[in-house]
Order: sequence, then structure tokens, then C-alpha cells
Amino acid sequence: MKTITFSQATLEAMQEEMRRDNTVFVMGEDIAKQGGIFGQFKGLPEEFGHDRVRDTPISETAIVGAAVGAALAGTRPVADMHFADFIGVCMDEVFNQMAKIRYMFGGQTSVPMVLRAPDGLVRSAAAQHSQSVESWFLHIPGLKVVAPSNPADAKGLLKAAIRDDNPVLYFENKDLFRQSGEVPEDEDFLVPIGKANVVKEGKDVTIVSYSIMMKNAMETAEILAKDGIDAEVIDLRTISPIDREAILTSVSKTHRLLIAHEAVKIGGVGAEISAMVAEEAIDQLDAPIVRVGAKYTPVPFSPTLEAAYRPTTAEMVAGIKGMF
Amino acid sequence: MYSKELLVHFYRTMVRIRRFEESISEFSQKGEIPGFVHLYIGEEAIATGVCANLTKKDYIQSTHRGHGHTIAKGAQVDRMMAELFGKKTGYCKGKGGSMHIADFSVGMLGANGIVGGGYNMAVGAGLAETLKGTDNISVVFFGDGASNRGTFHEALNMAAVWKLPVIFVCENNEWASTTALHEQTAVKDIAVRAVAYDIPGCTVDGNDVFAVYEAAQEAVERARRGEGPTLLEAKTLRIDGHFVGDPQVYRSREETMNRFKANDPIIRFEEKAVQDQLLSEEELKTIRDEVEQEIQEAITFALESPFPDVSELYTDLYV
Repeated sequence: MKTITFSQATLEAMQEEMRRDNTVFVMGEDIAKQGGIFGQFKGLPEEFGHDRVRDTPISETAIVGAAVGAALAGTRPVADMHFADFIGVCMDEVFNQMAKIRYMFGGQTSVPMVLRAPDGLVRSAAAQHSQSVESWFLHIPGLKVVAPSNPADAKGLLKAAIRDDNPVLYFENKDLFRQSGEVPEDEDFLVPIGKANVVKEGKDVTIVSYSIMMKNAMETAEILAKDGIDAEVIDLRTISPIDREAILTSVSKTHRLLIAHEAVKIGGVGAEISAMVAEEAIDQLDAPIVRVGAKYTPVPFSPTLEAAYRPTTAEMVAGIKGMF
Repeated sequence: MYSKELLVHFYRTMVRIRRFEESISEFSQKGEIPGFVHLYIGEEAIATGVCANLTKKDYIQSTHRGHGHTIAKGAQVDRMMAELFGKKTGYCKGKGGSMHIADFSVGMLGANGIVGGGYNMAVGAGLAETLKGTDNISVVFFGDGASNRGTFHEALNMAAVWKLPVIFVCENNEWASTTALHEQTAVKDIAVRAVAYDIPGCTVDGNDVFAVYEAAQEAVERARRGEGPTLLEAKTLRIDGHFVGDPQVYRSREETMNRFKANDPIIRFEEKAVQDQLLSEEELKTIRDEVEQEIQEAITFALESPFPDVSELYTDLYV
């Protein structure tokens, strides 16, 4: 184990996978010469050259479309989206091409690529540079979607995503990049896609979260502990396919459920989890499910408004206290 | 000088495409082929002339009007026919249909239901081959209508700035669905747009298989030498409606058919072949008969094949 930042963890994942497999390459805006806006690609071109670490034109449809084509032609591209918000520019490439190619061509081929997308609120970046859009992709069969909450998962999930033969969207929270944590040094350390992580066991309530909000989930559990409420905390890690079993098993034990994410609450990942639990385990619930997410507005600029938009630990604590 | 083998290949491929399209048009009108079907009749010389320069290791990206490209790249008509009927024996096990036909074993990376959806994937395939150090290339076919998508610009610019082995083949058939070229495109010749990317652009008679072959040959050789992309425009005419069943209220069918009769790429080939003594009438007839048998066998194969079992619904979603 060694302690590194989330950003360094993603960089190590790239380095190790590019050394291991010379068909892995990465392209995106401002990644080679600048090293990425969060330093997540720093030093990569020095080791692997500008053919495998490519600065692209500002052309999101070409970045993703070319990554899909390169994946079809036997390579393993990693495409960087700069900001997750920009996926809107190339949505056709993501949802009509990347996601569907394997299925609509009857399994003749696969699309082994990763689309990296920094998301979330940071420093008043406002409406078009702050969103969390993972739930859009939960609705699209054929994609895998992951969202790490800490440096170890950032590394293990990125390595697993690069090795996966399916297209994987990798949402990395911008505010997590500078956070440090312990990361295994084993070059084959992978975090399996599709498996949630029970970070803290508990018996009274299940908190399901992922990405940046895992910090709030752990804080919430600590605060509740002082009131004698023993929370179980699940880090989803993978948004699609959701680890239904992990959630249902936990809810069957705790009989209460709160889901928290930084994305807008309405139509979010929490909505799908709530519906799934209501359909399959409503008789296990002793209290209504509570969801905590961002307010139903575009992300506002002014710090006071941004703070009001952001979901909080206080909302999570209040939500759970209301269940008892 | 064209070898006899290549001349036979030209004729066989064009006739194979024509007869495939005529047959599926009938089945589509009878409702036996489900879904939307877009015909390539009249445009056969383009796919034939371009693909005759390619190997199975080269790639093509196709369009919603993609049967001709698929056949020209070397796919089998029986498995194509089965796919159009939605049968289990089709190339995509009945999951794709006409608009999503593909045969990856011959480098045919798929038709596309999204107009202008193929450019960037062709760029990526070219990029992958460059990274692997091969001299394989990729070709993307598209229409004049698709040349107005933003993806056209992003793909051409990226291919040009990275000097990728990609050939952009515009099949200018004068119609973007129901809208005429002059009503939706600011230029007459799509090839002039090559100037914007500092790459070669050329316009050829798309109903002359020899002209298409020679222009494509130059572009292919250039791409294989690592000199980058070419924008090749082949002028042609869409004979049928946008899709089978299109009432074509937007144009005169009589005028279209008159123009076609005077400029049918297959008849033009036959006339030249006989006149220049390249192939005899008998040789042409033998090829037509062979193709006819092949098409009839494909139809039988498709009709007799089973539909996919409903258990197939969830297969092929993830690896």
C-alpha cells in the first residue's frame, strides 16, 4: 500500500495498463502537453509518446466516434471527455453507436473502450461544467458505468474498465482528484465492475451512495452512531449494471434505505434503486425510502446558490432520523 | 488495361447488387421483409468501383442504404437476405436488419441508421491501423445529405490533421431523403469542401465503374502510402424513393426513370464491354444467370431459415 491522490491513482492505472497492453491508447483535449486539467495525464506522453497519448481537436463527436472505430479495429482506446457535461455534444456516438454495436450486429464484435468523464461540482464551474449525468446512461442497455469514490477504487476500476471488453463510462469526480488515500501496489489489482462495496456494516439503516457523496455517507453514519443508529454504508462503485443483490441483501437486514448522490434527485440513480427495492422487497421496509440528491435546477454559479443546490450530510441525517 | 478477372468482378458485383435490391424491394412491398428498406439501385458502380481496390483487411463504414456496400465488400447474399427477413441465420442473427447489416469477417463494419454516423468510426479504424503500423485503410460511404452533418467536419479535420488512411466517398445521389440537393446544400460539388481540410478532393461520374475504380485507386494508394485522406465524390442518382414505399410526392418519377434509362451503370458497362470487346454477350449472360441462381438460393435460404428464439433477446448485450 502507498498513499497517493485520486489523480495519481488514475495515472498509475493508465501507466500500468499501457505497459501491459500496447493496444491501449488515450486521446482527448489538453491531455498530452498540458497533462489534463487535473494533472491526471501528467508524464504519460514522455513514457508512451504522442501517438498513444494524443491531443485531439476540440471535436467531441470525433473523439468518441474515433474511439469506437479504433475499438472495432482491434485496439483499446481510452477517450477523455474533459468535462462530463460535454458528452451531450457526442451523445449519438455514445448511445447509438458505442452502446449498441455489439447487440445490433448480433455479437459479431465488441467495443472495448473507456470513456472518461470528470463530473460534479467544483469551484463554481456553473451550469455546463458541473453536472453529474451518470443516470442518463443507466437507461441505455449495452453500457457499463462506474463512479469511484476513493483513490484505490479509482485505480482498480479504471484498470478493470480498460481490460473490459465492453464499453465503460468512467465518471471521476473533479473534487476527488486531489484527495489522497491508500492504494494497493499490485499491478493486477482490479476492482470488479458490477459489484458494490459494503464499506461499513450496520443493522439499522442502509445508506447507498457512490463517488463524492460517499464522504457524506460516512459522515452521516458517524453522526447517527452518536444517536445509537447503526448505519450500513454501501459504495455502489458501479452504476450500471447495479449490484441489486448487495442492496436487497442489506435492506433485508436493516429494513430502511436512503440513497444519496450529487446528481439531480429527480430521475436519478436513486429513483431506479427505490423502484427496484419497492418492486422486490417492499415488505422488508419499515419506513419509506428517502432519496437525497441535487435540487431540480441547472447548476447555479453564485457560491451561495451552488451550496443550496448541493445535497448535504444534514439532509441525509434528517432523512434517516425521520425513518425512526 | 483491366484484367478479365476484374471486369467479370465489376459486372458480377453490380448485377448481384441490382438483383438483390430488386428482390428485396418485392418482399418489402409485400410486407414479408419487416422494417425500413433503402435501395441502392442505380448507384452500384460506386460501391463496386471503390471496394474493388480493397482487401478484407481494409474497413468500410456504410449507411442506411448499405446493401450495395456490403455485397461489394464481399459479404454473402444468403446471410444478408436472411438478416433482412429477421432470421436467425442472418449476419446479425436477426438483431440488425437492413439498416444494421454488417459482416466483420470481411471488414464491413456496419450500416448505420444515423445519417453521418459512420465518418468518425472510419477515422478511428484508420487511426487503429496506423497505430498498429499496417498499411490497411478505411473507407466511409455517405450521401450528399449526410455531408451537411457536423460529424463530417470533425471527421475530415481529424483525419486530415493526423494524416490518417481514410477515404471519404460521397455518393451524391441528388436527394437527402425528400429534399433536393440544391435546397439543402450550398455547394454543387461536395468535393470542393476538401479545400477546407487541405486534402485532395475529386468528383467523378459515379455511374461509370471504371471512373470510380480509377479515382478510388489513386486515393487508396495515397492512403496506403501514409499521405492521408481523400474526399472522393461520385455523382449518381437515386432511382427509387428514399425507402421502399416512399410515394415520392416531391419529384417526377417519369423524369427520374428517363434519366436512369439513359445512364444506368450496368447498361453502360454492358455496352462498353461488348463494344470494346472486353467481355462477350455470352459471357455477360452467363454471369447474369449465375447471379440469378445465387439470388434465388439466397431467397430460399432466407425463407426457410427460422426466426430467432425469444431466448436470444438478452444475448449479445455484453461480452
